[in-house]
Amino acid sequence: MATLRLSGVRKSFGPTQVLQPIDLSLEDGELLVIVGASGCGKSTLLRMVAGLERPSAGRILLDGTDITDRDPAARDIAMVFQNYALYPHMSVFDNMAYGLRIRGLSRTEIARRVDETAGLLGLQALLQRKPRQLSGGQRQRVAMGRAIVREPKLFLFDEPLSNLDAALRVQMRGEIKRLQRRLGVTSLYVTHDQTEAMTLGDRLLVLHEGRMAQLDAPMTVFAEPADTYVARFIGAPAMNLLPAVLAGGAARTQAGPVLALDGAAAGLPEGAKLLIGVRPEHFAPAPNGFAGTVELVERLGSESVAHLRLADGTPLAVRLAGAAEMPETLTVAPMPGHLHVFDAETGKRAAASRRAAPAALPLEATGTGV
Amino acid sequence: MNGRTDWTAHAVLALGALLFALPVWLAFAGSTQDSAAIARGDLSLLPNLANLGAYPRALIQGVMGTRPVWHMLLVSLGMAATIAVGKIAISILSAYAVVFFRFPFRRTAFWIIFVTLMLPVEVRIIPTYAVMSDLGLINSFTGLTMPLIASATATLLFRQIFLAVPDELVEAARMDGAGPLRFLRDVLIPVSAANIAALFVILFVYGWNQYLWPLLVATDPRLDTIVIGIVRMIGVESQTDWSAVMATAMLALLPPVAVVVLMQRWFVAGLAEGEK
Repeated sequence: MATLRLSGVRKSFGPTQVLQPIDLSLEDGELLVIVGASGCGKSTLLRMVAGLERPSAGRILLDGTDITDRDPAARDIAMVFQNYALYPHMSVFDNMAYGLRIRGLSRTEIARRVDETAGLLGLQALLQRKPRQLSGGQRQRVAMGRAIVREPKLFLFDEPLSNLDAALRVQMRGEIKRLQRRLGVTSLYVTHDQTEAMTLGDRLLVLHEGRMAQLDAPMTVFAEPADTYVARFIGAPAMNLLPAVLAGGAARTQAGPVLALDGAAAGLPEGAKLLIGVRPEHFAPAPNGFAGTVELVERLGSESVAHLRLADGTPLAVRLAGAAEMPETLTVAPMPGHLHVFDAETGKRAAASRRAAPAALPLEATGTGV
Repeated sequence: MNGRTDWTAHAVLALGALLFALPVWLAFAGSTQDSAAIARGDLSLLPNLANLGAYPRALIQGVMGTRPVWHMLLVSLGMAATIAVGKIAISILSAYAVVFFRFPFRRTAFWIIFVTLMLPVEVRIIPTYAVMSDLGLINSFTGLTMPLIASATATLLFRQIFLAVPDELVEAARMDGAGPLRFLRDVLIPVSAANIAALFVILFVYGWNQYLWPLLVATDPRLDTIVIGIVRMIGVESQTDWSAVMATAMLALLPPVAVVVLMQRWFVAGLAEGEK
């Protein structure tokens, strides 16, 4: 039960700045997911909270106490590692008990806590096994158990599911979420997997090249990405970005069609270069709009993803229901209310482009000549 | 790898095994025969199993005025075990420091250790002798073992072993609150147990086979190792009690063989565990 606050936490290795100053605060019991491509600094951030890495500047406060200079062991934080990092020569019981023994808890207290945690995770039958006698999923559970049994103020998860196969990953994802809810322990969870990020977090922090690209609830990040990086990073297939020019309050796309923006680009000068974002699922076949040749169709059963190439060379992914046969060319138009307007210069979302510009039908479809 | 028995490979292997085994067999056969016959050159390849008297004779009385063989075996055993344990202890600690701690001149320290690899015992034997002499350790067990304990090879090996320990394991222990000594005792040493066993075997045999240094530093017969002892037994050729010498040689083989056999089971099991 604790709050976590990071203020101005920064990290550089020599002259390379790995993390720009980060300001962040977590409420009691909150699960914050940090997501980003590899090398974005997300693990560094986690390791600084853990105390395994020293921040170059800034303070870390746990429950109001400054822990920036404290030893990892003195922080009351438990961490689940990507490779589990179980002690190979110790039984499951000893793996979980080790930290408690060092803390000098009594035998009975240790046995009680380990049994309780093992019960929570369904590990009772495995307590005497060595890690090498366990499956990947079981090892994962032991790693979680080792963290839970400590009853820490804060959990840190460093890509804990990335070594599991797909089915197990889904199962463990649910389990982590349930456990975290049930125990109510404030948690930081680092991942590069956007599904994990979307489903697990109360809030989502997208890191891009050491900078906080966006910090919001997962659905807000999805609905209103702060910049083109977040827009393309969250959601699969990635959001389409159509180069366009602002002309008379509407966007004249490079591919031809003009899209009404309904003030979404307010504040930007006439003639400004824009990127219009449309998610693949927000396209629908239409008599006129964006026409392109179908280059590839991925049929997933319940839906199909068509990869088009427009006349000007812009690629366009479109998600359609069912597994219908695709014609060689396809004309699609964005659904109303699902345009994202970004400034092409900065990549930032246009300030006025808040949720759902009401009518975003193509005004006119100038011939794209497919 | 085609399922058929590869006769050529087997023949080569058999030949190799025979080549290695023959001298040992010869020593065994010789230990059961009459010394005078051996001196004449009439060494039969067939052991005379009824005549094992050379063994108790050598073991209890010694040969040609040497100490009894059991005593020399004990000295050798003590020396080899002390050297092996001492080397492992020192090497683990120095490798631990070099791998896991950041301190000034860490690289220099490592290189100084590394450079001593190029100076085998024989090269530094005179200065070492001078040092031991100044310390008054000539003709003492300490003098016999201590100079052989300092070891770059084992340090280097442990360094490689420790470097292979995953960082996450180190960090997990830190998060669990294990201090440096605790981590060494509870995690690092158990995790490296198989390697330690393997190294113990190698170092024990190394210590057992030492010849030049014991010859120089320990002139007192009470400190004669088995290797030195055998040399002493071969006095003037005509008077040598050959069967006792060969019996001693056979006895001298037993402890290292026992160590290899016993530890081998252990470290093979350890290596098969895999996954650090």
